[in-house]
Amino acid sequence: MESCNCIEPQWPADELLMKYQYISDFFIALAYFSIPLELIYFVKKSAVFPYRWVLVQFGAFIVLCGATHLINLWTFNTHSRTVAVVMTTAKVLTAVVSCATALMLVHIIPDLLSVKTRELFLKNKAAELDREMGLIRTQEETGRHVRMLTHEIRSTLDRHTILKTTLIELGRTLALEECALWMPTRTGLELQLSYTLRHQNPVEFTVPIHLPVINQVFSSNRAIKISPNSPVARLRPTAGKYMPGEVVAVRVPLLHLSNFQINDWPELSTKRYALMVLMLPSDSARQWHVHELELVEVVADQVAVALSHAAILEESMRARDLLMEQNVALDLARREAETAIRARNDFLAVMNHEMRTPMHAIIALSSLLQETELTPEQRLMVETILKSSNLLATLINDVLDLSRLEDGSLQLDLATFNLHAVFREVVQLVKPIALVKKLSMTLTLASDLPEYAIGDEKRLMQTILNIVGNAVKFSKEGNISIAVCISKPEPLLDARAPDFFPVPSDGHFYLRVQVKDSGSGINPQDIPKLFNKFAQNQSVSNRNSSGTGIGLAICKRFVNLMEGYIWIESEGFGKGCTASFVVKLGIAGRSNDPDHRVVPLNHVQANFPGLKILIMDDNGVSRMVTKGLLMHLGCEVTVVSSADECLRVVSPEYKVVFMDIGIPGTVGYEVARRIHERIPKRHERPLIIALTGNTDKATKDNCLRVGMKGVLLKPISLEKMKSVLSELLERGSLHEP
Amino acid sequence: MDVSQMQRQLVDYTASLFREGFLDDQFTQLQQLQDESNPDFVIEVVSLFFEDSERLVNDLGRALNQPIVDFKKVDAHVHQLKGSSSSIGAERVKNSCIAFRNFCEEQNTEGCLRCLQQVKQEYFLVKNKLESLFRLEQQILAAGGSIPLVE
Repeated sequence: MESCNCIEPQWPADELLMKYQYISDFFIALAYFSIPLELIYFVKKSAVFPYRWVLVQFGAFIVLCGATHLINLWTFNTHSRTVAVVMTTAKVLTAVVSCATALMLVHIIPDLLSVKTRELFLKNKAAELDREMGLIRTQEETGRHVRMLTHEIRSTLDRHTILKTTLIELGRTLALEECALWMPTRTGLELQLSYTLRHQNPVEFTVPIHLPVINQVFSSNRAIKISPNSPVARLRPTAGKYMPGEVVAVRVPLLHLSNFQINDWPELSTKRYALMVLMLPSDSARQWHVHELELVEVVADQVAVALSHAAILEESMRARDLLMEQNVALDLARREAETAIRARNDFLAVMNHEMRTPMHAIIALSSLLQETELTPEQRLMVETILKSSNLLATLINDVLDLSRLEDGSLQLDLATFNLHAVFREVVQLVKPIALVKKLSMTLTLASDLPEYAIGDEKRLMQTILNIVGNAVKFSKEGNISIAVCISKPEPLLDARAPDFFPVPSDGHFYLRVQVKDSGSGINPQDIPKLFNKFAQNQSVSNRNSSGTGIGLAICKRFVNLMEGYIWIESEGFGKGCTASFVVKLGIAGRSNDPDHRVVPLNHVQANFPGLKILIMDDNGVSRMVTKGLLMHLGCEVTVVSSADECLRVVSPEYKVVFMDIGIPGTVGYEVARRIHERIPKRHERPLIIALTGNTDKATKDNCLRVGMKGVLLKPISLEKMKSVLSELLERGSLHEP
Repeated sequence: MDVSQMQRQLVDYTASLFREGFLDDQFTQLQQLQDESNPDFVIEVVSLFFEDSERLVNDLGRALNQPIVDFKKVDAHVHQLKGSSSSIGAERVKNSCIAFRNFCEEQNTEGCLRCLQQVKQEYFLVKNKLESLFRLEQQILAAGGSIPLVE
């Protein structure tokens, strides 16, 4: 303001207004100056403030504003030019700075606002992380609790401890008010309160098992919230003021030993469950959290496993004790039996010797006596003595044999013997008695019965003699027929031996002997007892029959030793009886090595058991026919359908090779030549015979040239094959017809 | 009808087959090879024969219908068929095969075709007969009887 040419202001006219303006300006200036001071103070205090430059600017702006207002104070009155200049400068500066600040703020304020937003975002994130961490911590806690619980539960095999520990630990971990376990009773119809946490001696509470709430819990493997008023949860009388806490129930499967199969885990088809009931403290407004429910379920499973282990242990201990007892008992029994057997054997040995000596004396001297001159009465007496002593000797022998048979110490004496002769001798022995009784005897030997066989001749004869003797003994009239044949591999028609299949094998055949008599017959119901020792046919008519009754038992033992079977059939009293047996005998004249078999000259064998033959034929039908032919003759046949296969398969173990040479005749010759090359040694090489549809001279010559041993015309008959094989094995070739 | 009647019928039928030349001695041989250890031997062989023959007959038909006939191959097939039929004793089939082979040697397509016709005819005839025979046997067995051996 220039030196004013205005009127000198009159103080009293606007004095009040002026005064107020004066004061306001003063305070404004004060405020303006103090704001930056405050700003600086607080920014210094805070660690982070990214906008120092802005602050400076702002401060400058404020300071200048304040200055302006301050200088204004001096302009109310007349003032010098210096003041005016200062004022102007201040105002100008203020204008500049404030404009600059205004421009700056346009950029700054959005940033500042976004800072705020980010701050809010971060705060939210922090809250979320806090929550998650809380969750993880609880989970970890749960896990820790479960591990600890499991450890506690599994550290013992005692059922009671397991259950008690479970309840205690659960109670502690989850801060439960009450924890109870209901076990099914023996009948399975009720649940009984077995263990509780707080009550040391629970009252014998039972609850029927088919309550809906119980079914609900049993049907799921989760922990299920149930009403605190249900019978399983009402463990103490509820006083009025209690708001009972939430209750959860879970099933505990009780696995039994029988639930464990070897190959699969028990699916919970077990029907027995126990019920675990857990109660939160009343009036606590606590709720069951998911992780707590999970904890409970896991614990229930662990308890089930621990219980089953305990059960298994119990079982196995019991079984072991039982076995030990049995072992001891068996041992004792065995020792007693051994002692008994030894005593008996000693006794028998002694008796045998002691008894036989006088027996021999009696028999020998009686026979000698028989040779001397005797009167008829004397002769009769001597004969009776002889007969009786023979009988006695037989008895002694029988008893000794039987005891040895039972021991299993009897062994067959195997040797080659004349089979036909055995039967003839038996007949010779029995015929006199039969004649006396006016019984006729017939012996039929089958035509394919070999003359020689390998077996225990003496015992076979004893068996046959016994049976025929019985037949004669028990028949008063009629005919006794003995039929001998080779048994066919068909099941015996006796229902008592359904599994006995006499299958002839290499080197053995089954001999079948049937003795039919027309005597007094046997009651079919008594038949099973016949083979028992000392069981006699108690029919009246047989009172005077002699015999110890162990003959048949001995026969049965012998027949069993010979891997056979013996049986008797009878239709009843007066209808006669048929005794039959089958025994296994070795085929005589057979050595183990068919190579060096001695075949009598000009003897066509009926059977070539075990002879290994290879057939090469590309025609399926004729291959099958030839194979069937040779198998019928008992050979072991291998078939090939091509030359390659033949060369692959052929080896010294084949004795004969039948080779079909068709139109591509050269193939067959080639094969023969190759076989010769491959098996150069004559005695190892199989004999090669050509089978062909035409036997003209050219073919024959070709065959012989490549070393074949013969040519045969297809088709071959059974007889022809037999003679061919015989000749081959005897002579090593087929001579030209 | 009862078992003995069926058995008589079987015997007559079999005899007729031999008489009319459908089967010869070889078939009897086959029957002799059938025993307890091999109860279905005859049926198995005959079934195999049927399979083989039908295949061969088809192959022959195809081979003879080629524009240029490979007589070597035809002869090989006929040889096979002759072998099979003689193995089971189908006499007529075998004889017609023999005639067939002659025509093959002469390389006479016409003759071969005619022979093929004949072979087919004979084959189907004997197949029919054998099937009837087996049916009879099965009936007898089902009725509990046993197959009588024809001398």
